[in-house]
Amino acid sequence: MSNQKVLEVKNIDFFYDDFQALENITMDVEKNKVTALIGPSGCGKSTFLRTINRMNDLIEGAKLEGDILFDGESIYQENVDVVNLRKRIGMVFQQPNPFPKSVFENVAYGPKIHGVTDKAKLEEIVVESLKGAALYDEVKDRLNKSALSLSGGQQQRLCIARALAVKPEVLLMDEPASALDPVATAKIEDLIEELKNNYSIVIVTHSMQQAARVSDMTGFFLMGELVEYDKTDKIFENPSDQRTEDYITGRFG
Amino acid sequence: MHDSRKSFHTELNDLENEMLKMGSVVGESISQSIEALINKDLELASKVIKNDDIIDDYELEIEEKCTRLIALQQPVAIDLRKIIVISKLVTDLERIGDNAANIAHKVLAIGDQTLIKEMQDLPGMRDIVVQQLRASLEAFVDMDIDKAKEVAAGDKKVNQLDKQIKSELLKVMENDSTTIEQGTSLMFISRFLERIGDHSTNICERTVYMKTGEWTELE
Repeated sequence: MSNQKVLEVKNIDFFYDDFQALENITMDVEKNKVTALIGPSGCGKSTFLRTINRMNDLIEGAKLEGDILFDGESIYQENVDVVNLRKRIGMVFQQPNPFPKSVFENVAYGPKIHGVTDKAKLEEIVVESLKGAALYDEVKDRLNKSALSLSGGQQQRLCIARALAVKPEVLLMDEPASALDPVATAKIEDLIEELKNNYSIVIVTHSMQQAARVSDMTGFFLMGELVEYDKTDKIFENPSDQRTEDYITGRFG
Repeated sequence: MHDSRKSFHTELNDLENEMLKMGSVVGESISQSIEALINKDLELASKVIKNDDIIDDYELEIEEKCTRLIALQQPVAIDLRKIIVISKLVTDLERIGDNAANIAHKVLAIGDQTLIKEMQDLPGMRDIVVQQLRASLEAFVDMDIDKAKEVAAGDKKVNQLDKQIKSELLKVMENDSTTIEQGTSLMFISRFLERIGDHSTNICERTVYMKTGEWTELE
């Protein structure tokens, strides 16, 4: 497998008004790999995640300098269609947030917005996406039931299915398992392992063990800076920067 | 510096201290085994053999603690390497203990016979290996790579002494075949001390790994 870059982050500075939340972040995200971002609360990892599909555009007073290339093309040019960008770079959030609609409608929602109207085609997409999210077998008999009747873990996999339904290339996950119990967490982690065959994944997690288990690459953020970015085994066995070591071993002030 | 895993790091320190205690018991056994030879103190030799059980218990106990810390604390980076290294070091210490006990067995076999040769080199060799063991554990505690390398380099002297003792004993045995049995035992004792030196070198190699995360063979 070649190490193809799907994202090239180039010297990103990010500000909330006067507060600089990210400082000169530069990193490549590899295709079909899982990249984990770790660091203490407020270190900028979630802010950084949201710069990748321009979710921060919605925040008043936010300003970004630098650039991110997605498949070699800048995503911060004026002519970029942000809706299309977010279709190609999907996102899954910390709290499962299904729509108060049926399981089927939740997954079909995205494709419909993007113009799929054929019923058979929609059905095919829904089944395929639910299978992709390892949820189909559990919900196939209640596709028309409310998504809110599912368990938390199922709801989160439904949100992943919803993200998959528009056929993204990159999946951004912001602590996707932090609201779930260990069994549901294990299912999400197994799923991530499966998903990386077809998608490139960037995951923010507070659980270092989770980062160690699921990711190929790990970036450690501290006070808006990307302190260290390397292969996950290197980061957890023998990090290069003392600050990384202090953080992951808990010797941290 | 604020330590958010204080109780884990306290346990890790305790583990290290227990390993050092084991190290000092082992060092004592080496010293006593040669003392027993020189003074024909068979009681002391028996004590060294008996002490080997205590050393074995230390090994098991420390290994269990290492496993438990890994299972319950999910250590990473330097913490993980330290635990892994301690669990390996205790095996070296246990082997050193075996060698001390082996020396004591040979001392019992020689019994109260007069030594076929004045053996001033064996106590000298003993002093070096005991010092090497102590220094290798100090290097571990201080994570001092330079010291670890220095200690490992000192093993050459032990190897030379072993060779020299062997050739001297061979000469004695060539001249008088009745000395062969004891001469062979003394050669073994020298060999056991030489092995102890090798284990101290292992400790030094593991210390370098602990500090750097990379494996280096030290000569």
